[in-house]
Formats: sequence, structure tokens, C-alpha cells
Amino acid sequence: MATLETTDTSADAAGDGVRRRDFINIAAVSFAGVGAATVILPLVNQMNPSADVLAQASIEVDLSAIKEGQAVKTIFRKQPLFVRHLTGAEIAAADKVDPSSLRDPQTLEQRTVDGKKQWLITMGVCTHLGCVPLGAGEGEVKGEFGGYFCPCHGSSYDTAARIRKGPAPKNLEVPKYAFKSETIVAVG
Amino acid sequence: MSFPWAKHYEPKLPLMKWLDDRLPLPRLVYNAVGAGYPVPRNLNYFWNFGVLSGAALGIQIITGIILAMHYAANGAIAFDSVEHIMRDVNSGWMIRYAHATGASFFFIVVYLHIFRGLYYGSYKAPREMVWLLGLVIYLLMMATGFMGYVLPWGQMSFWGAKVITGLFGAIPLVGTPIQTWLLGGFAPDNAALNRFFSLHYLLPFVIAGVIILHIWALHIPGSNNPTGVDVKGPQDTVPFHPYYTAKDGFGLGVFLIIYTLVLFFAPNYLGHPDNYIPANPLSTPAHIVPEWYYWPFYAILRAFTFNIFGIPAKLLGVVAMFSAILMLFFLPWLDKSPVRSGNYRPTFKKFFWILVADVLVLGWCGGAPAAEPYVMISQLAAAYYFAHFLIILPIVSRMEKPLPLPNSITEAVLEGKSGSTLSTSTQA
Repeated sequence: MATLETTDTSADAAGDGVRRRDFINIAAVSFAGVGAATVILPLVNQMNPSADVLAQASIEVDLSAIKEGQAVKTIFRKQPLFVRHLTGAEIAAADKVDPSSLRDPQTLEQRTVDGKKQWLITMGVCTHLGCVPLGAGEGEVKGEFGGYFCPCHGSSYDTAARIRKGPAPKNLEVPKYAFKSETIVAVG
Repeated sequence: MSFPWAKHYEPKLPLMKWLDDRLPLPRLVYNAVGAGYPVPRNLNYFWNFGVLSGAALGIQIITGIILAMHYAANGAIAFDSVEHIMRDVNSGWMIRYAHATGASFFFIVVYLHIFRGLYYGSYKAPREMVWLLGLVIYLLMMATGFMGYVLPWGQMSFWGAKVITGLFGAIPLVGTPIQTWLLGGFAPDNAALNRFFSLHYLLPFVIAGVIILHIWALHIPGSNNPTGVDVKGPQDTVPFHPYYTAKDGFGLGVFLIIYTLVLFFAPNYLGHPDNYIPANPLSTPAHIVPEWYYWPFYAILRAFTFNIFGIPAKLLGVVAMFSAILMLFFLPWLDKSPVRSGNYRPTFKKFFWILVADVLVLGWCGGAPAAEPYVMISQLAAAYYFAHFLIILPIVSRMEKPLPLPNSITEAVLEGKSGSTLSTSTQA
């Protein structure tokens, strides 16, 4: 029958300095901690958008059918995207505003591509709480600044889709996009 | 963990004795909700709402498990599967309405339960843990209720999910990645619906677990009572069974009558008609509102329409909304008055009723459109809500001269001043 022949009473139990057992404890717990963190990472990451969701993350829009003054709603990343063909008057109205007076100061140039000032491409997602603003569809109200109007909490955007009035903090987001030709634009 | 005079479990049947010797489950039940738990003899009907909350949770779990047998958590067919439950599944309409109405009634009884705790000072020492665990249950209920409302995948489901997850988007720097992570996409879609279903099924059982802790913590000091005076001896208590099982049973009957009246005669009264329109990511309903039980907090969220010190209004609203609940965790230490019951606190009582009115006003504003005069009223009401807890309550609890307390529960009962109604003791 095995019995404990010796108990460590001498140097180890005296409590001065790091004992071998302290080192083993810290090393073991640290190792287990790193292991746990490694396991948690995929468990957390699985919540992020999956590959098929990300695969739909870019689209192409044909601009040839959009007449001046018209706008279309399409879907980009499961959210509405507004593509708007601004009229000369709308561009003038946007340029007339002093950007420094705005809540989120930006000029129309900064929100469009060089030489394509008439193509205003923005997300159709109100920057307040994510509703879809009105103004892109035929006959929808455009709000008092002639751009977009969010019916949820009354945010009004101007013809450059900049926030002018209401609770939204930012201008309508301009996604990353590039013109592939005169009439085809790739978003995303 | 109980009073020394608590009755001890004595098994009557040999089988129960056999079981009790091996697994003392009968003893546990006897001591928790049987004759082994001595309760103050003067509890009024406001003390029914704990048991009623438990009953409401039971209804939700039973109806919910059944609904999950017929529901499909897939964006393409979720809405249709709910209509399938309503039209094709045998008694499906009743079970779904029981679940939807049950959610509202769960919140009604929990709000009355919280009201009781606030008025009679049940959150004070030595019952702080009971209060804190109760708030944890309440937060879990809010999360569960929100995710459940998303599952039918109607317009309000979709846009509610969008707005509520959008709240996390207000967090500086990491907001958008967090929102994307929560949704598993850039907008609510199949991934979000599936995880909400999974969590909606899980959380009620977590709630049940926290309820066990809540009751465990309650049974250490024992129940509070309308006088707020501590139990002093055996004459102050009666056994839970049969006295309060009978009283709670009566209350349960009344609750079920009212619940079934709504269930069978006005099942959609507490819902929103827009949720019978399938979710459409391209069209926002004109007026997004959450379920009624979130309205006071929704009003606080929307009360911030202006930036303060460069902090955007949206972030302020989100912080204020969460603070409105988190602040309640500090209540036991904000109200320093040693007197528990509002019946003996004349100044507290006045402010308490103003708070009740204030929360009702907030609720009314939260359900109204985001326009004047509702915005201004919610701003004032939200300011008062915070002022009540952070300014008024600490000051009142220091300055107030409470009315004389009875020497014991028994004395109060025999003098007919047991506090069995909300105001009998005002003239004491």
C-alpha cells in the first residue's frame, strides 16, 4: 500500500520565493486560458457574415435607363441603394449651400465621382436608426430640401443626400463604387 | 435559511420517506413553497404577482415549445409558417395567440411585481440580491421578447430588428462591426432570424434558472410585507401552504380570466397590424413602434434630438435608454431610508406616485409618432425619471420624517393597520 513518504515541509512550505507548485499553477491556468480563448474565437466569429452573404457584397448597376431627375432603388448588401440622376437645378441647389454650415460638412463633389457630378449614389438607409428614406421612388415626398425624407423620425436630406434637419447624425452613406463604363457602375 | 419555527418535513408515505432519504427533493419543495416556508401573515394581493409571473413564464414556455414544432426559422418561409400555424395547424391560432397575448401579460404582471417592490421597499437590505436578480430577469425578458417579436418576419419584426440592432451601431468606432456581427450580415436577414430563434428558445430557460436564484435569495431573509417591519416571532407568520397557496390560487384564477378574455376576444389588441405584412427591406412602415412594454424606454431613446458637447444625439439616446434600466441596479443604495414601506413614508409616497405617472407618460410618448408635442413631453418626462432616482430619492430618504412604525406585524394586523391596502396607514 502506497503511503506518502515525505511531505514537503522544508523550503517549499516556508513561503519565501516562488515555489515550484506556484509556477506549475500559473503555467497550467495560463495554458488553459489560451486554450479557452482559442476555442471562443471561432464560436464568436461564426456570428459574422458568412461567405454566401459576403459573396453578394458587390453589384453592378446599369445607368442608361435612368433619365435626368429620376432615381432607382436597388439592393446592395440586402439594403436599399439609391442611384439618382440629378438635374442641373438640383446640382445648383446642392452647390449653393456653404458646407461649413452643415451638420456633416461635405460638398457634392466629395460625394460623387470626378466629372460625374450628376450621379448621386448613396445607401437608402437613414443614418439615424436605419429606416428607408422616401424620395427615390416615383411620387414620393422628397422633404423640404428636395432630396430624401425619412418618415420614421423626420430626418430631411438635401439634393446631395446630406442631412439638413432631424435627428440623423450623418449624411446618407456613399458606398465604394467605380464606373466600369459610361453606363455601368460597380458598387462594393 | 428560514425562521427557527418553520415546520419540518415529515414524509407521510413510505415511498416519500424512501425518496427523501436518497434525494431530498420533496423536502426542498416543502421548504420552498410548502408549509415549511413561514410568510408574514399580512401580505396583500400585490404579493400575488411573483407567482403570477412564474405562471406567465410557464404559459410562454409551453406554448412556445409547441409553436417551435410548427414554425420555420427561414426568411423565405417564416411568415408563411406563422400563417400556416394560424390557419392549418389544429388549434394553432389559439396557441399562437396565447403566446403573443401571454408575452404582454407576462410583462403586465412583472411590471406590477416591480411596482410592488418599489412601493414597499422590497429592494432594501437585506433583500438587495432579490432585487438585483429580479432586474437580471427583467433584462432577459426584454431580450427574449424582442427576439420573439422578430420571428414572425413581418414588417414590424424586420424594422424593429433593424432599429434595435441599429442602437449598437451608435457605439463609437466599433458600432458598425458589432451591428454586423449581431446580425450576421449588413441588414436583418436569414442569419439574424435563425440566431434570434435559437436565443429566443434558450433564454426562457435561463430566466427560469435565474428565478430559482431569485427565490433562493428571497428565502434567506423571507418575504417583505406591507408594513415593511421585520418578522419578530412565530405569531407574525403563517405557513406558505395552505395560506398563500390559496391566496395565490385565487389571484391566479382572476389573472387567467382577464388573460383569456383578451386572448379570445381581442388577441391583436396589444399587437401591431403592420406585422401582418411580410417583411420588406425596401419599404419602411410609416411609424415604427416596438411592443408596448418597451415604450417608456423607447421614449427616452427618442428624447435626445440634440448633441451635447459634441456627443451625437443618437449615442446619447442609446446611453440614456440603457442607463434608465441599469440605474435601477443602484436603487438599494440610492434610497437610504431605513423605513421600507411607502405606507410610512409620506414624502416618498407622493414622489412615488409622480414617478408612476411619469413612466406612464413616457410609455404614452413612446407609442406616439416622433413629432411635437410628444418629443418635448418625452424630454421632460425622461429628465424627471432620472431626477427621481438620482436626486429626489437620495434627498427624500435623508430629509423625510417617517410615520411611526408598528412594533410588530401582529400589532399592525390586530389594530387593523396591516397595510393591506396602499394607504390605510397614512393616518397612523
